[in-house]
Amino acid sequence: MIDLDRINRDLINTLQDDLGLEHRPFQAVAQKIGLSEDEVLERVKVLKENGYLTRFGPFFDAAAMGGAFCLCAMAVPAEEFEAVLTKVNAHAEVAHNYERAHRLNMWFVLATETPEGITDTARAIERETGITVHCFPKLQEFYIGFRVAA
Amino acid sequence: MTLDATDRQIIEALQGGLPLVSTPYAAVAEQLGIAEDQLTERLAAMKASGVVRRIAAAPNHYKLGMTANGMTVWDVADDQITELGALIGALPFVTHCYERPRALPEWPYNLFAMVHGSSREEVEEKRARIKDILGDALRASDVLVSTRILKKTGLRLRKRG
Repeated sequence: MIDLDRINRDLINTLQDDLGLEHRPFQAVAQKIGLSEDEVLERVKVLKENGYLTRFGPFFDAAAMGGAFCLCAMAVPAEEFEAVLTKVNAHAEVAHNYERAHRLNMWFVLATETPEGITDTARAIERETGITVHCFPKLQEFYIGFRVAA
Repeated sequence: MTLDATDRQIIEALQGGLPLVSTPYAAVAEQLGIAEDQLTERLAAMKASGVVRRIAAAPNHYKLGMTANGMTVWDVADDQITELGALIGALPFVTHCYERPRALPEWPYNLFAMVHGSSREEVEEKRARIKDILGDALRASDVLVSTRILKKTGLRLRKRG
């Protein structure tokens, strides 16, 4: 556990904005936070090593690459949950999967290179598990952001 | 945007993240055997076309004290969802906000807003604030709390042979 001081909170918020494509892109971050470039890099490494940041890098949009993302949900009976989970997670197209407290208790995101890949994967999971896969593709996206209290 | 072999190599090289060094693009370019300018020009094109949304950090909400989260879901009048969705998406505690199709009769909700908080109570408070904003356009709502992460991986491109 490391101390999440004000500087680290500032840094986490700033690092969620788009990094520039300059030769030394962390200089701008350093200037904004009031640290040296080396200090920024050191802090980012520590935040990442300690799990405060899961990743630092480009966020790719599968849809813009001709692929697709889709949120899907299933109502899995409790006694079958682990067996169904193994079958669902075995698909490389399943990017995230969460158990949620609801009749629809398994929620996962499919990421595929083609729009047809979503339907194909959902149908394959239905065949393998005998459970309906509800697909909830995004129709509209509203701004995405997250800020820690600075 | 059509991606060529070099673009795909760049994406594969960056899927795990950007190296945390002072000249990260130079490091990746060297690894790929291309010039740094070539790499950054291609990344700029990918940003312009939306293939790259941004180059940024993915925070771990749990580690940041946001240990409670709820996927709040709302049945909102279709003719008001664009206007109201924008208001909900702009709230600082909402990380993802989408209009999605209903799956009737099982699922009447068409607006999804992921809410983070340091406690279940805080998530409920924030849910109440969304409810106030939606006002008369709201017909039904629910909140789905995650009880377990079952899988979490980044996007993985399959290698084309």
